[in-house]
Amino acid sequence: MENDKKILEIQELKREFRMGTETVRALKGVSFEVMAGEFVTIMGSSGSGKTTLLNILGCLDKPTAGTYLLDGVDISRLSRDELARLRNRKIGFVFQSYNLLARTSALENVELPLFYNPSLTATDRKEKAVKALEAVKLAERLDHLPNQLSGGQQQRVAIARALVNEPVMILADEATGNLDTRTSYEIMALLQELHQAGKTIVFVTHEPDIAAFSSRTIMLRDGRVIRDQRNENIRSARQMLSELPVADDY
Amino acid sequence: MNFFNLIRIALRALQRNKLRAFLTMLGIIIGVGAVIAMVAIGQGSKQSIQDQLSSMGSNMITIRPYSNEPMGGARLNASSLQTLKLEDVTAIAQKAQYISAVSPQVSGSGQAINGALNWPTSVQGVSPAYLDIRDWSLKDGIPFSESDVKAAAKVCLIGQTVVENLFSSGESPVGKTIRFNKIPFKVIGVLEEKGENAFGQDQDDIILAPYTTVQKRILAITYIQNIFASAIDESSSELATGEVTQVLRATHKLKTGQEDDFMVRTQAELINTFSSTSQLLTILLAAIAGISLIVGGIGIMNIMYVSVTERTKEIGLRMSIGARGVDILLQFLIEAILISITGGLIGIALGITASRLITVFLSWPTLVSESSIVLSFLVCTITGVFFGYYPAVKASRLDPIEALRYE
Repeated sequence: MENDKKILEIQELKREFRMGTETVRALKGVSFEVMAGEFVTIMGSSGSGKTTLLNILGCLDKPTAGTYLLDGVDISRLSRDELARLRNRKIGFVFQSYNLLARTSALENVELPLFYNPSLTATDRKEKAVKALEAVKLAERLDHLPNQLSGGQQQRVAIARALVNEPVMILADEATGNLDTRTSYEIMALLQELHQAGKTIVFVTHEPDIAAFSSRTIMLRDGRVIRDQRNENIRSARQMLSELPVADDY
Repeated sequence: MNFFNLIRIALRALQRNKLRAFLTMLGIIIGVGAVIAMVAIGQGSKQSIQDQLSSMGSNMITIRPYSNEPMGGARLNASSLQTLKLEDVTAIAQKAQYISAVSPQVSGSGQAINGALNWPTSVQGVSPAYLDIRDWSLKDGIPFSESDVKAAAKVCLIGQTVVENLFSSGESPVGKTIRFNKIPFKVIGVLEEKGENAFGQDQDDIILAPYTTVQKRILAITYIQNIFASAIDESSSELATGEVTQVLRATHKLKTGQEDDFMVRTQAELINTFSSTSQLLTILLAAIAGISLIVGGIGIMNIMYVSVTERTKEIGLRMSIGARGVDILLQFLIEAILISITGGLIGIALGITASRLITVFLSWPTLVSESSIVLSFLVCTITGVFFGYYPAVKASRLDPIEALRYE
């Protein structure tokens, strides 16, 4: 499942922001590597620098110092447009608030990243999008609009959108933050399945019990990595789900 | 990113906001429609004036007396000048090659009486050629002849208005005798009805008589007031004008450097004068309508700005999944252009329909010109690009991180 291919390779990553006269150092030298097929959670409380790190990992921002290789490409040398291309081909984003386009069918939402890839035809797009929606078990809801879907279903559409371009890494930002416990477990179960199938997943969260589902946890505090450990005892979200009380209290 | 994809993305974005897209379009629709309808009204009135003027005989040339006293000397009113003589008419008839017909004209006003009925009108003294020059014809009776002119015969042709006011309905005027300023004239013909001319004058309120008769018996003058001539065709009216000027200068024995004591006017000049007036009207109407087109364009800009702000999160998402700045720029630009082009096409249809309706219900003449359609369509496309560009640039420069976090 895991192999020797390095998907992420960051070294001494630093990021500073100028706020008026003050310089805020959000990342103070972060180094780690992620291999293909890993399911990594990056944890930290607010102010730990995890959002800054996420932006850099997602090629939305560039580090002030240090190197970041994504699938062997050094992003610090790339232009804005080249970064956009990299995001399109190598990264699948999953956001806390789903970020689906309103009044747009699930299928079209999933197709969206493929529109920015000129080498694909309309038939390719549709085929890939249907396949991605099948992978998140929403094959029968292709034509539903976001407001006709539950929160969990919307997040699954978003995951399908992240999968559709066959990225080297899925980058999830508090992807269960807006969901109740049961639905969170459902989403985690889905991510675990994708992980089983060989996808590399980087999941940013501040919830410790979510981290338990991943294969590795990196803990950030005040812009530094304070802990980076392999999770020996991975919990199965599917199993947790079956242990939840079936009916609600009322 | 291929262009076709961009158009599809923009189309879908517009479909998601149909009402707003339509309301934005409305500004352009009304603007383009107004431009086309207004220009159609302007062009239509121009065309109808031109038609009327050329129906008065487009190769007609008018020669009037003119004061050639140097500046500062006493300058007299044209009607009191006596510079035109019968010899001038003869000279033009003999020497000018580009003139096919020529007639002197003298006129006097007065009261026409038939029995108990009377009517204030004017009598015009002309030669038989006058009917040809004006392109007038008789409804009834016969025209007077050269021998009537020689004899200063008391015969006349009368217009329809005079007929209506001096004769009871059903009564034929031909052969009857009317009196004009106490002088009896025998009516030998009735002129075809012509209606009002372009200036609102009644062309049927007229009595035509031999000029000799009017000169001797009514006005007691030997000079003539105007000369009417006809160029052999419309294109040679300019040449004819020059020729007439030369002939008259010779007969009037004017020295080089001395001003003309007459004025030669062609119908074409008159048409030009009135055309330029209605051209001005057209420009004025088009300018007003053009302003509404600009207002429509500003409407697009306003909506696009609002749209960029409202869709900040969408822009952030698109960027995070791989849209480049230029993709976002083109998407918003194409949206703006699609709105303005669609609005333009609907506006053209509206403008043409409105012009038709104006003609049908208000019976104003309208003429939808192709150039106004092409021009307003171009203008609204340019409007779309121009007013869509700045909001699109704003969208493309958004920072994806900020945009994603925007609530």
